[in-house]
Amino acid sequence: MTHPASRMIVAGAIAVLASTTAGQTMRDVETVAKERGLTNADLVAAAKTYLPSGQKDEYLMFASGGHAGQIFVVGLPSMRLLRSIAVFTPEPWQGWGYGVGNSILEEGFPSGKSNLWGDTHHPALSETDGDYDGQFVFINDKINARVAVIDLRDWETKQIVKNPLTLSDHGGTFVTPNTEYIIEGGQYAVPWGSEYAPISEYKEQYKGSVTLWKFDRNRGRIDRDRSFAIELPPYWQDLSDAGKLASDGFFFMNSLNTELATGGIQDKKPPFEAGASMNATDFLHIIDWKKAERVFKAGQVEQIEDFPVITLKTALAEGLLHVTPEPRSPHGVDVAPKGDFIVVSGKLDPHVTIYSMQKIKNAIANKTFSGTDEYGVPILDFDSVVESRIEVGLGPLHTQFGPDGYAYTSLYLDSAVARWTLGGSYGSGTPEPDWTLVHKTPVHYNVGHIAAAEGDTVSPDGKYLVALNKWSVDRFYPTGPLLPQNLQLIDISEQGTAAPVIYDMAMGVGEPHYAQIVKADKLQPWTTYPQVGWDPHVQNINPMAPKPKMERVQRNDDGSVDIFMTAIRSHFNPEHVYLKQGDVVRWHITNTERAVDATHGFAVPVYNITASLEPGEAVTIEFVADTPGTFPFYCSEFCSALHLEMMGYLMVEPN
Amino acid sequence: MTALIDRILGPRVAPDERARQTLRYGTPGFLLLTARILLLVSLFLPYWHMELQAPQYPDGLHMTAHLNALTGDVAEIDGLNHYIGMRSLYEAAELERTVGVFIMIAFVIMLEFAAYIHTRWSALLVAPVVLFPVVFLVDLHLWMRHFGLNLDPAAPLSNAVKPFVPTALGKGGIGQFVTIATPGAGLILAMIASLVLVAALYFHRRAYLPLVRQQRAKAETAVN
Ligand SMILES: [Cu+2]
Repeated sequence: MTHPASRMIVAGAIAVLASTTAGQTMRDVETVAKERGLTNADLVAAAKTYLPSGQKDEYLMFASGGHAGQIFVVGLPSMRLLRSIAVFTPEPWQGWGYGVGNSILEEGFPSGKSNLWGDTHHPALSETDGDYDGQFVFINDKINARVAVIDLRDWETKQIVKNPLTLSDHGGTFVTPNTEYIIEGGQYAVPWGSEYAPISEYKEQYKGSVTLWKFDRNRGRIDRDRSFAIELPPYWQDLSDAGKLASDGFFFMNSLNTELATGGIQDKKPPFEAGASMNATDFLHIIDWKKAERVFKAGQVEQIEDFPVITLKTALAEGLLHVTPEPRSPHGVDVAPKGDFIVVSGKLDPHVTIYSMQKIKNAIANKTFSGTDEYGVPILDFDSVVESRIEVGLGPLHTQFGPDGYAYTSLYLDSAVARWTLGGSYGSGTPEPDWTLVHKTPVHYNVGHIAAAEGDTVSPDGKYLVALNKWSVDRFYPTGPLLPQNLQLIDISEQGTAAPVIYDMAMGVGEPHYAQIVKADKLQPWTTYPQVGWDPHVQNINPMAPKPKMERVQRNDDGSVDIFMTAIRSHFNPEHVYLKQGDVVRWHITNTERAVDATHGFAVPVYNITASLEPGEAVTIEFVADTPGTFPFYCSEFCSALHLEMMGYLMVEPN
Repeated sequence: MTALIDRILGPRVAPDERARQTLRYGTPGFLLLTARILLLVSLFLPYWHMELQAPQYPDGLHMTAHLNALTGDVAEIDGLNHYIGMRSLYEAAELERTVGVFIMIAFVIMLEFAAYIHTRWSALLVAPVVLFPVVFLVDLHLWMRHFGLNLDPAAPLSNAVKPFVPTALGKGGIGQFVTIATPGAGLILAMIASLVLVAALYFHRRAYLPLVRQQRAKAETAVN
């Protein structure tokens, strides 16, 4: 920090810091910096990331939660965790899965079996013309091949669909440029519907697939009846990305285990880790989804597991599927902002491999094939479709883009983020020559995905990049043997070799894989539900929702009981609820508050019920009053000075 | 009967005389018309605002009274007021809010008549309109006093908050809230209308009193 320009930045930053509290001077800043051993670089980083109370972040990062099964939303540049969104995993603070949301969780139960966690990997914000529109976010569940829809008006999960064909997905979720489809690529091949078949029948019985879930934006739901899947060879399909602009109408999908290894270390056969990475290359799948949509609409599908599937045979006959070699053990396949280049990185090859969409189209048109794979899939000649290969470092994994012609690739083994230049029409944006490595920023440690501000859209913003590091080792105070993830914020606003880490965020509640960073003002979330009596599940007024002065316990002819209850600071009404053992109960509650943040909880002991009632929200909780007793229920959210008094008694009379 | 009406209406001014002295005869009519317009416009404007400031409401809570409606964060304020046992504000001045607009229309018609009457009876029609803003504020104060002094003794915070008289205009306070009550644009227009009406009465008197005296003198001469 001896460069005069840097000094000016420091002075400016300090001035900004100092001006927040009257009477403080630069000397005070220096004193604190000295006491705490902070360098000028530290102070600049602090000035770039610190948000005074009341100021809001410029960007929101939607990060998957890994096997926490949730989504985490982090503000940038402050790197403050703003919220988690419960998706596949019950979460009591949001009242998700303890009386409310249960029906949505149940929609996703595989084979009807209760599965109350998920392994979320790749969130996808809804897009319009290839740009985030801030309306919805989707996320996959790798463990059970499920896709969830979250409405960004109220940040609640609205739908979970279970893939009927396969049991694991890693190639989801990615959306086509106008969110026509949500792409969910399978991963570990299984027989259709995950039925039993010995692994000796792998080649014949095990299937690869990709599912295109049709999204109905008006309803805010996936429309299963207009969705379809494409059968693929039983490779382990991996990450995907939808084409855009120059590559609109296509999507791309990596694969591993094109060796069709079946493991068997217990029988002294090569384990998967060796068998599945034997070949020097795997296959990049190139799929023409617009053509596939026409084939599906023409009815050229087979109903498998009650779901329309374009068979591999049809896909090949109709020219929907091509592959081309890609570096082995690939992770990211990432489409450049104009859609003209596709960047693939294989963790065992120090290069990023850049394919040209124009060359791919030419090769398809001219049938420039180097052969076919075992299943008859035409292999585009590698040299005919590759634009460039750049040595960036060890363990390249995932690529994001800046606005100016830079691309960024995470290097898992090097623990670094590489900045390199794109060529072609992007070349003029950067001072460095085309297709060259510019800089590597060390990160701590073992970076997986990276996320740049709007860095996978048609118009990346640059400014910020987050390295989602898998290991934090020594970065934070040890928290027992289980350590938090380290999400590091990198300032990428300057060109060349300046790309410093400016913040370490400990993520101690899950393991984010991919994340997307959206300009915060693209979202228009509600701060209260639009009207009192709102049912978030249908995003409309529920005419049956309890209203003030109409609270009651209603015993129906069929013996069931409806409880109509309102909640407002600081009481529930009714406060006494008498039931008889065995009653089938529908407990309806409306939070009649209109004030921002006037959330009430509703918690019932023994019956495992907790709900979060946000202002205006109406919910219905169903249960059978099978356990007699006296149960004080209460508001679990500290809503007011008389919060402790916000309670009532449920009395279940024994038979 | 006709004679009585004539006596109330007072002397008429011939068109040529009126044309000769436009300022003298035009001013009172013009001022009465101005007041009518001001009052009609005020119907569409708020008469009174109250803002409540507290740390947990960074944008404050706002309540606005039109002649016929109470709007803003009334439900939220009611919700808070229930802690101290205050009745719902919607129950306050229900009659006034129901008839307010009709009274205002009646005022406008009264002023219309007042312009035709050239005797002191005119003042009788104008006076209630002049007093209206004061009556509005006194009524407001009485309602607030009534609500503030009649708190439900069984309310959650009855121990902490004793009955009090909320401030109808200006700064007050209750609990962690600072209350700021200000007149609305409608009330200000009504106040201006009052001043205009006082001026109208003055010019009315200056224009017509000599005529009334003349008429009276003429009548006396005729009797004699
Ligand atoms: Cu509460």
